[in-house]
Amino acid sequence: MTIDTIEHAAKTPDQPQPWGELGLKADEYERIRELLGRRPTSAELAMYSVMWSEHCSYKSSKVHLRTFGELAQETSTGKLLAGIGENAGVVDIGQGYAVTFKVESHNHPSYVEPYQGAATGVGGIVRDILAMGARPIGVMDSLRFGPLEAADTQRVLPGVVAGVGGYGNCLGLPNIGGEVVFDPSYAGNPLVNALCVGVMRHEDLHLAHASGAGNKVILYGARTGGDGIGGVSVLASETFESEGPAKRPSVQVGDPFMEKLLIECTLELFAEGLVVGIQDLGGAGLSCATSELASAGDGGMHVVLDRVPLRDATLAPEEILMSESQERMMAVVEPAMVERFMRICEKWDVQADIVGEVNESGRLTIEWRGETVVDVPPRTVAHEGPVYQRPFARPAWQDTLQAAGPSTLARPSTGAELRSTLLRLIGSANLCSRAWITDQYDRYVLGNTVLAQPEDAGVLRVDPETGLGVALSTDANGRYAKLDPYLGAQLALAEAYRNVAVTGARPLAVTNCLNFGSPEDPAVMWQFAEAVRGLADGCRTLGTPVTGGNVSLYNQTGDTAILPTPVVGVLGVIDDVAGRVPSGFNTPGHIIYLLGDTDDEFGGSEWAHVVHGHLGGQPPAVRLDAERDLAELFYHAARDGLIAAAHDVSDGGLAQALSEAVLRHGVGARVWVPPELDPFVFLFSESTARAIVAVPHPEEVRFTGMCAARGVPHERIGVVDDADALDVQGQFTIGLDELRAAHEGTLPAAFGAD
Amino acid sequence: MTIGVVTFPGSLDDSDAMRAVRIATGDAVSLWHGDADLKGVDAIVLPGGFSYGDYLRCGAIARFAPIMEPLIDAARGGMPVLGICNGFQILCETHLLPGALVRNDHRKFVCRDQKLRIENTSTPWTSAYQPGQEIVIPLKNGEGGYVADESTLDRLEAQGQVVARYLDGNPNGSYRDIAGVANERGNVVGLMPHPEHAVEALTGPTTDGLGFFTSVLNSLVTA
Repeated sequence: MTIDTIEHAAKTPDQPQPWGELGLKADEYERIRELLGRRPTSAELAMYSVMWSEHCSYKSSKVHLRTFGELAQETSTGKLLAGIGENAGVVDIGQGYAVTFKVESHNHPSYVEPYQGAATGVGGIVRDILAMGARPIGVMDSLRFGPLEAADTQRVLPGVVAGVGGYGNCLGLPNIGGEVVFDPSYAGNPLVNALCVGVMRHEDLHLAHASGAGNKVILYGARTGGDGIGGVSVLASETFESEGPAKRPSVQVGDPFMEKLLIECTLELFAEGLVVGIQDLGGAGLSCATSELASAGDGGMHVVLDRVPLRDATLAPEEILMSESQERMMAVVEPAMVERFMRICEKWDVQADIVGEVNESGRLTIEWRGETVVDVPPRTVAHEGPVYQRPFARPAWQDTLQAAGPSTLARPSTGAELRSTLLRLIGSANLCSRAWITDQYDRYVLGNTVLAQPEDAGVLRVDPETGLGVALSTDANGRYAKLDPYLGAQLALAEAYRNVAVTGARPLAVTNCLNFGSPEDPAVMWQFAEAVRGLADGCRTLGTPVTGGNVSLYNQTGDTAILPTPVVGVLGVIDDVAGRVPSGFNTPGHIIYLLGDTDDEFGGSEWAHVVHGHLGGQPPAVRLDAERDLAELFYHAARDGLIAAAHDVSDGGLAQALSEAVLRHGVGARVWVPPELDPFVFLFSESTARAIVAVPHPEEVRFTGMCAARGVPHERIGVVDDADALDVQGQFTIGLDELRAAHEGTLPAAFGAD
Repeated sequence: MTIGVVTFPGSLDDSDAMRAVRIATGDAVSLWHGDADLKGVDAIVLPGGFSYGDYLRCGAIARFAPIMEPLIDAARGGMPVLGICNGFQILCETHLLPGALVRNDHRKFVCRDQKLRIENTSTPWTSAYQPGQEIVIPLKNGEGGYVADESTLDRLEAQGQVVARYLDGNPNGSYRDIAGVANERGNVVGLMPHPEHAVEALTGPTTDGLGFFTSVLNSLVTA
């Protein structure tokens, strides 16, 4: 085998190179030649192609994402300790603690190989959090599939769920929430977005740097194998229909046990102060870690590829550089600390090898079999990739879609019709109980889970002494975003924000995972640009900075893109988790209030979707000022102990919220329809900035006084009782058993009961 | 009174077991799988998790860890030992407990709040409960199906070695709804559900699990 060294490359400028197959465009290849002043070696070509892919370089989205960086980089608890640009943003939550959190997509691999795709999605985001110096304390997963009854959903969903659970459970991180949504647009392109949250003391923050000439570069964790080679550039840049070799082996294989060792080992390395800089190996493997570490430092880096421990000795240097073998980390360590570093790795049975050294060359050089195969300015690989201003245009069909509102759809009117509508909706794919899925996830491990699914937000205790904790929720509504991507992104933000707020936590910061179709389609690019603009404007109004995020493009089957799906994650802080407010009614006699205004809003609603298969009109109005007032109210009412339960009203409307609240602990409720409202609108409208609360009778006066003082509309709509039924007076009554059967039977019927 | 909690590579619920010991007002001592040293503890908990990834049979590698040698000797000498979930699997692999744990009959991991009946309150780990007491504690396992041959099951029943039984639905296909068993002497107990996750009202479904830890602390005081 002849090695394509830099000398060889310089001497053979006209040697043809497979840049097209590696996903590069002609002008991108030319740009690389320009940067290097020669043709790239095959190893360099591998690095550039993978680092300049859409997945790694954000080349289509970058110009839009800059808007997030323009938001004030602070929350109500202080300045961000790290913002966009690091592996994950870091938020000060007070008492000397900082929290880092991020969502990432693993959509395409999860379609090809559901179990491993989802498992390694969890593994990847956990290492991102670890690389910031934080101990990972919880995960969430936001999943979207084709229709529940579709044959391929039977293949994809159980595999994805088993993968999320198999990895997270074995890793020992509680899964505290997320979402599961079914829609035909995801049939050939499921969405698997995984969130991880981690906590650290302020002084433990670690950023990806390779500074200090003479410092050693240590690769530790799993050996490098042939899995996931080209995974990033192939799987993230193309859709699935193209003819070609089987892509199955491109998906990485996860080893959660190794990841658990890696976490404990890395945290011990941090605690001993042995790490100057650190980077996880995720997409683009060593190409990414070496070029990012080197360009974040102040000099250069030399790496000896022969020292990388291999699972497969036949791997070529290009393959070693591109391999996405999981459970690997790269650290920069002072020479005097290397021995202690190695000892800790040995204690945890983690393999560690010095693969390189930081120097002052200003270049990243990589040697293989004594020859130089890479010699590049690292920033040109990691950060100076192409940036595209893709054309975007509001599609012509948008007006038609918005004009076809839900006002002409036949509505239920009698009590019996309302009753059967409620039962149909709460058993429908998007509104039914998720227990079949979430019961496969460990929510108890680590012993700090205060609230987990099916609660509105997951709440984790951070400090057992003071009770300081965090709350997290992820939300998105692709149908709303299709009707209006600007508003759709804001509605996702509003719902996640509200879900955090109803627990009594104060929403602080935002992460996101923007899942869209092909950026080469101007209509999709318009959706993307609008969603980013909407999210940024929404965050500005709510005072919640975007601390980081992920973009997943090319989510489409043929020419048909998925529903635009901006998944928004909101992080909140709660001063004492003992005061958290659960979502279920628990005590007969408590008074039920509906907070917020209810309007006739059914565009994009679950009712229109389930009953009429209809999508058109305008999504519900965004009311960010009202959301903020509601959040403030919850913060104070929870702190003063005025509310016993609170539940967000969103998809499926009040009927869904009431059903979930009574089923949670098996208590009944008697509800009356306010005279000014139509019973159907009252029960099923999806107006935003609303929630239901249960107030103990002795606190009622203080509570309503607080609502009035803060200008939060509040209507007494019922009472929690012990009648084992949901009774909507004058309309219908449904026994809890019937309600439960309708709500809980759907997924077991589709995927098999225990 | 000190209770040791062993950490194997891949142990997950070790810090929770230590927290439970402290909430029960005992002293928790961390024991390391690689050290054949029990540090003078009075009782031991083998916690839940996936020791060594459990890619082979669950617990099959952990039983060969250096710590297991003195632990097995101490258990044979009467020291109270509780194996929870993966710990139960390890105790079966060492043959300190009869039977074995196999993949759940529905072949999925299951996490839920599980009702149990305490069948034997004479062990050092269950003496704080009332005979027949019903409790709810978390259950979370992928390989929690307790199996043994008929004659072993009959003997366990006859000798009162069934410590806890599942109520309101068998979550994993365990024979005779068995959730936990003891050795003949009663000092070694294996339990598939997780009492250490039901010791605080804030984080557990109940505080029903605390009894396992107060039981052993009381038994050590009175021993």
